[in-house]
Amino acid sequence: MSENKFYLRMEGISKAFPGVQALKDVNFYVARGEIHALVGENGAGKTTLMKILTGALSMDSGSVSLKGSQVEINAPTDAQQLGISMIHQELSLIPNLTVGQNIYLGREPRRKISAFIDWNRLYTDSQELLSQLDVDVDARSEVGSLSIAQQQMVEVAKAISLNADLIAMDEPTSSLTDRETEVLFDTMRSFKKQGISIIFISHRLEEVFEISDWVTVLRDGSLIGSEPIKDLDEERVVQMMVGRELGELYPKGDVHRRGVVLEVNNLHDGRELSGVSLELYSGEILGVAGLAGAGRTALAETIFGVRPAITGDIELDGSPVKINSPGEAIRLGMGLVPEDRKQQGLFLNRAIRENIVISVLGKLSRFSFINFSKADKLAREFAVKLDIRTPSLRQLVRNLSGGNQQKVVIARWLTLNPRVLILDEPTRGIDVGTKVEIHALMNQLAESGVAVLMVSSDLPEVLGVSDRILVMREGKVVSEFSREHATQDNIMHAATGGKVNNDK
Amino acid sequence: MTNSIVDKPINILRRFSVTIILLCICLAFALGSSDFFTTSNLLNVALQTSIIAIVAIGMTFTILTAGIDLSVGSVMALSGAIAAGLNVRQELDPFVAIGIALLIGMVIGAINGLMIVKGGIPPFVATLAMLAIARGLTLVYTQGRPIAGLDERFIYLGTGQIMGIPVPVFIMVVIAIIAHIVTRYTPFGLHVYATGGNEEPTRLAGVSPDRIKLAVYIISGFTAALGGVLLAARLWSAQPNAAVGWELDAIAAPVIGGTSLFGGVGTIGGTVVGAFIIGVLSNGLNLMGVPSYYQQVIKGVVFILAVSLDIFTKRRR
Repeated sequence: MSENKFYLRMEGISKAFPGVQALKDVNFYVARGEIHALVGENGAGKTTLMKILTGALSMDSGSVSLKGSQVEINAPTDAQQLGISMIHQELSLIPNLTVGQNIYLGREPRRKISAFIDWNRLYTDSQELLSQLDVDVDARSEVGSLSIAQQQMVEVAKAISLNADLIAMDEPTSSLTDRETEVLFDTMRSFKKQGISIIFISHRLEEVFEISDWVTVLRDGSLIGSEPIKDLDEERVVQMMVGRELGELYPKGDVHRRGVVLEVNNLHDGRELSGVSLELYSGEILGVAGLAGAGRTALAETIFGVRPAITGDIELDGSPVKINSPGEAIRLGMGLVPEDRKQQGLFLNRAIRENIVISVLGKLSRFSFINFSKADKLAREFAVKLDIRTPSLRQLVRNLSGGNQQKVVIARWLTLNPRVLILDEPTRGIDVGTKVEIHALMNQLAESGVAVLMVSSDLPEVLGVSDRILVMREGKVVSEFSREHATQDNIMHAATGGKVNNDK
Repeated sequence: MTNSIVDKPINILRRFSVTIILLCICLAFALGSSDFFTTSNLLNVALQTSIIAIVAIGMTFTILTAGIDLSVGSVMALSGAIAAGLNVRQELDPFVAIGIALLIGMVIGAINGLMIVKGGIPPFVATLAMLAIARGLTLVYTQGRPIAGLDERFIYLGTGQIMGIPVPVFIMVVIAIIAHIVTRYTPFGLHVYATGGNEEPTRLAGVSPDRIKLAVYIISGFTAALGGVLLAARLWSAQPNAAVGWELDAIAAPVIGGTSLFGGVGTIGGTVVGAFIIGVLSNGLNLMGVPSYYQQVIKGVVFILAVSLDIFTKRRR
C-alpha cells in the first residue's frame, strides 16, 4: 500500500565523482501533488540527485520507481517520456533561438511532410502555454532579449509542455525579484492542484517554508531527514543542514565607526545611475538595497572604475580622486568582490594559491621571478584565515564549492589590505554555513577599520549585516535607515516607491 | 523588457543591410566603369562567385555551430584532382569520377568532424591540420603536375550554359535553395542553431550536439568537393595548387553576410550575398585597373570590418 502512496521513490542512490562520494545510499520519496523541498548546503548532493532523476547523470547504484514500477532513466529523453522535467539552476535556454524554438527544441511539431517543422503550430502552441502561465511574452521573440524572470517562466512553460507530472526546480528563484518569485509560487500552487509534484531546491529557507509541504535535508551526500514542513522550523532545518548549532545567523559585534573614508557626490554613469551620493565610514558596513535594475551593481562598478562615470566626484580621505579603471581603484586601496564570481572574480582553471596571490605578485617577485615559497606561504596564511576547505592549495578553483570560491575572491583582496571593500551580492548561491562565516569575516574587517560597502538583494542579509542601509531606486539613493530603524517593510516601501502591497 | 517596437525598424534595416551594401558597391562600380553593368560582365561575376558561394554555404553550417573549416581550399584541390584523375587516367565516366570525388570530400569532412567530436580537438586545429594533409595528398596524387584532358561532359559543368546562364550558377542556386530550406524549415537546421547557441541545453533537450557537429563538417566537405570539381571543370584541368587560400573567401562570405563566428546566428541568404560582395569587389576593382596585390589587402580589410561589426553587435546585445 505504501507502494502507491508515493509518486516517486528513489532508493539507495549512490554516486561517486573522482575524489568525492556525492551521494551515499540516499532514499528520496515524493508524493503526488506535493511541493517537496530539497535542501542542504552546497555540495550536499541535491543537484546530483536531481541530475540522476532527470537522466543527466547516471547513478552508481540504487533504484528509481515511478507510480510503483521501477524505471530506467539513462538519458534526458527517458526522463521526458516518463513525465519528469527539470528546470536547471543555470538557465538552460538558448539565447539566439526564439521562445517557441526553445520550448519545443528536440520535439518540434512536424508538417504533413514530416521532414519539415510546422512553425505555425509551434508558435501557436507555445503562445498558448505562455498565456496559460500568464506570461506576457511573444513566443517569436528571441530568448536573449528577455529578462531573467521572463526566461525563468519560459523554462516553466517548457517543463509543462512536456506534460510533466513531476517537475524538479533547482534554485528557480535565485535570480528573481520578490514579486517574480510570488508569480512563480502561484504557478507552483496551481500545478499542485492539478496533481503535479514539484521538487523545489532553494537556499532561501523563508521560501521553503512559504511554499513547501515536505522537506528533505541532505548533508555531505547523505540523507539527514525527511519530514512534513509543519513539524519543523527554520532553526531546526539549518541545524540539520549544517550538522551543528549555528549560533546566530547574523552575528554582530560592537561597531566603532570612525571618520569618512569614501565620499561620493552626484554620480552619473549616463545609463543606470542618476545622481548617487553617499558617505562611507571607516569601521562600518554600509548595506545597499533596492530592486533589480535600481542601479546597485552600477554603483559598485562605477565607484571601482569598472564603468566610467559621466559626472560626479569621488573623494577618498577628503581629497578628490579620479578613478578611471579598476587598477587605479586598487592603487587607492579599494577592492571589489563582484556579483558574478565565476565570470568576474576568479581564474577558474588556475589553482587556489594563484588566485589568492595574483594581485600581489609584484611584491612576491624579485627580478621579475616569482618567489614561489613566499607565494605559497602567503596563500596558506589566507586560506587558513578564511578557512578555505580544500585538500590542497593546488586544487583548481573550478572544483571548489561556491562558498569556498567566494572565500578565495575575498582572500585575494585581503592580501592587498584594502581600506574600502565593496562586496556585490557576497553570499548569492552560497550555503548557510559559509554565509555565516562570510558575514563574520565582514564584521571582522569592519572592526579592524575597513570601510565595507555591501550590495545585496537578500533583504534578511542587508538587515542582519549592515550598520546603515541605503535604499536605491531608479539610479538614486532614496532613503537611508539606521540598523535600529530598518525593517523589511520600510526598505521594500522605499525600494518600490510606496507600491508595496499592490503587487497583484 | 526590451522596447521591441522601437527595435523593429532597426532589425529590418539590419536584416537587409548587407544587401543594401552590395547594391551600393554595385552602384559605385557602375558609376566608376561603363563595363560593369553589362550582361556579360554580370554573368561573369556570377560565374566567378558561384564556386566560392557553394563552398561558403557549407562553411556557414560549421560556423553556425561555432566551428570553422579551414580545410576547404585543400579539399577543393584534392577532390578536383581525384575527379580529373579518375576521369583521365582510369577513364571512368566523368559523373562516376565526380561522384567518387564528392564522396571523398564527405569522408574528409567526417574525419574532421570525428577529430572535433570524439577527439576533442578544437575545430581550428583539426581542420588546419586537414588543410595540410589534403593539400599534401593532392600533390602526391597529381605528382605536382596538372591533370588535363577532361571529358567534354566534365568541362561542360564548369563552362556550359543553360538558357544563357552558366551551369555553376545554376548549381549554386540549387545548393542555396536546399541549404536555405534545411536551415529554416527542418529540425536539423534548428538543431544546428541550437548547438551553436549553447550545447548543454541542446543535449538536455535530447538532441545530440555531437551528431549535429559531425553532420556539418560532412556538409562542408561535400560543398568543398563540389566547388573543387566545378573549379577543375572551369579550368579544363585539375591544378595541384588550385584554390590555395580560398578558405579566407569561404569564411569571409558568411561573416560578411551576417553569420556570427560565435555561432548560432546567420542565414544562407546572407552568405550568398556575402559571396557576391567579395565577387563584385574583385571584379569591379579589376575593371578599374586596381592591381590584384592591392585587392588582397582590400579583401582582408573588408573581412576585418565585417568581423568587427559582428563583435560590435554581439557586445550591444
